[in-house]
Amino acid sequence: MFPFSSIQAYQNSLSSGIVTCVDTVTHYLQQIGNNQQLNAFIEVFADEALEAASLLDEKRKQGKPLGKLHGVVVAIKDVICYNGHKVSAASKMIENFTSIYHATAVEKLLAEDAIIIGRNNCDEFAMGSSSENSAFGVVKNALDESRVPGGSSGGSAVAVQAGMCMVSLGSDTGGSVRQPADFCGIVGLKPSYGRVSRYGLIAYASSFDQIGIFANTIEDAALTLEVIAGVDDYDSTVSQKEVPSYAALLDSDNKKYKLAYFKEALENEALDAEIKQQILSFIALLKAQGHTVEPINFEWLDYVVPTYYILTTAEASSNLSRFDGVRFGHQTAQKNIDLTELYKASRSEGFGKEVQRRIMLGTFVLSSGYYDAYFTKAQQVRQLLYQRSKEIFADYDAIISPTVPATAWKFGEKSDNPTAMYLADIYTVFANLVGIPAVSLPLFKHSNSMPFGLQVMCSHFEEVHLHQLSKVLMHLK
Amino acid sequence: MEVTEQLVDKLAHLSRLRFSADEKIAIKNDLQNMIGFVQKLNEVDTTGVQPLLHMGDANNVFRADELKGSVTREAALANAPIPDNQFFKVPKVIKK
Repeated sequence: MFPFSSIQAYQNSLSSGIVTCVDTVTHYLQQIGNNQQLNAFIEVFADEALEAASLLDEKRKQGKPLGKLHGVVVAIKDVICYNGHKVSAASKMIENFTSIYHATAVEKLLAEDAIIIGRNNCDEFAMGSSSENSAFGVVKNALDESRVPGGSSGGSAVAVQAGMCMVSLGSDTGGSVRQPADFCGIVGLKPSYGRVSRYGLIAYASSFDQIGIFANTIEDAALTLEVIAGVDDYDSTVSQKEVPSYAALLDSDNKKYKLAYFKEALENEALDAEIKQQILSFIALLKAQGHTVEPINFEWLDYVVPTYYILTTAEASSNLSRFDGVRFGHQTAQKNIDLTELYKASRSEGFGKEVQRRIMLGTFVLSSGYYDAYFTKAQQVRQLLYQRSKEIFADYDAIISPTVPATAWKFGEKSDNPTAMYLADIYTVFANLVGIPAVSLPLFKHSNSMPFGLQVMCSHFEEVHLHQLSKVLMHLK
Repeated sequence: MEVTEQLVDKLAHLSRLRFSADEKIAIKNDLQNMIGFVQKLNEVDTTGVQPLLHMGDANNVFRADELKGSVTREAALANAPIPDNQFFKVPKVIKK
């Protein structure tokens, strides 16, 4: 049974009695124990996962109907609420906060018999591109421990990469699932904005955030998405569109695709020469297979990251105002101060540097006198980008690009320069700015021995096409 | 534009954050860099473009007006830093 290959193969082994859920959880707990130095988990729910496994084994034995994710071992990024369990956002601010309800995605996982094995380390409040901003220490890339795993969902990526769970949930506001998937050599899927409920996901930037999925294969990602997607009374921004049976709709019937890539993306001087070369060779291979791949102009590439930072920090400054040290979270031990000083002291002690930076920038772009010049301006550019995405998808099935301009960097390499770090998101933020689904597929290996991915983006709610095309691309190499 | 100490103080107050003298120098530099970085948008002509205010097509999703989805008082107070079974408490703020 192990190493794990796919959910389907695993569930076949369960039903033929080759393996049990208890065996499986025991195996994963061992893997987690053997890989503690990677720091991918903030907490492991060992006893509880074993207990859940044993109940599932019993259920199967009794011949009861089984859930779609029966026995699947899942880890969740520590920004997703799991009732009765701590959720810290990797921050001192809510280190001791216990969820009082399930995130809808978690509720749906459990309803389909998944087993939640633990909560994953990440950048504090999902702000970062390297998982170096956690209050609980950095996460290491299992392929090279001197390198970052990417971020902000670094722990969730490493948990799948190092075989510590089967699939994991992260969150993607500007690339936080796709970029670590690229750095770790796995599949990272960000669904369309509104495909998955955000209820119970600790908010960073509400008009960008989406729960995403890490998996070894596109099949596993599609099945997991099918389970967690869909309408929710508790999130009015979630789409009312019906959720297709993604896992059953993976066959593209030998369709020939019409793909676009941004000329500016491949000509970008920050792009690693070898990544560029391998992507170009892959494009040639696609053409040889009968697909159409065309360069198109995208004159706004240099503006996507600034637009993203204005809008997300603005939303973050508003979202994070709830952490006041009164209703929950860290409260300063300082005495004899007035209420305003209590807020300031609690927040300054509780939030890490990058979070404070982003709150300050967000407050700046929203403040009187600067609002129109920065915030409204960025919303206008977002409109232009949105219209452009509609135009492109009227002509093409998908846009392809590298996921990140370079492979995983070494610890500390970019931590002194926030804006250099921000540019790592240059290819990924577009999907969040316009709300489309995107995936990073682990197709390549660099001569420095690190993996890297191909990003594929499809039009709004075209996940079925995204999965089908991804399957074609994964089998091409 | 130049980020002044005065601006940093104002933003820190609005953000309900405070910075020591050293931290203030660092955050002033960071803000200067970040604002310089995002100012690039000035190059884009957005004359007459309607700002995009909402992402997605989900507007006016109605439901029946039934009481549900609420949490108990006990659960709501469970994470409060100062324990009390009725209210959120703050340290004494009214001075004589």
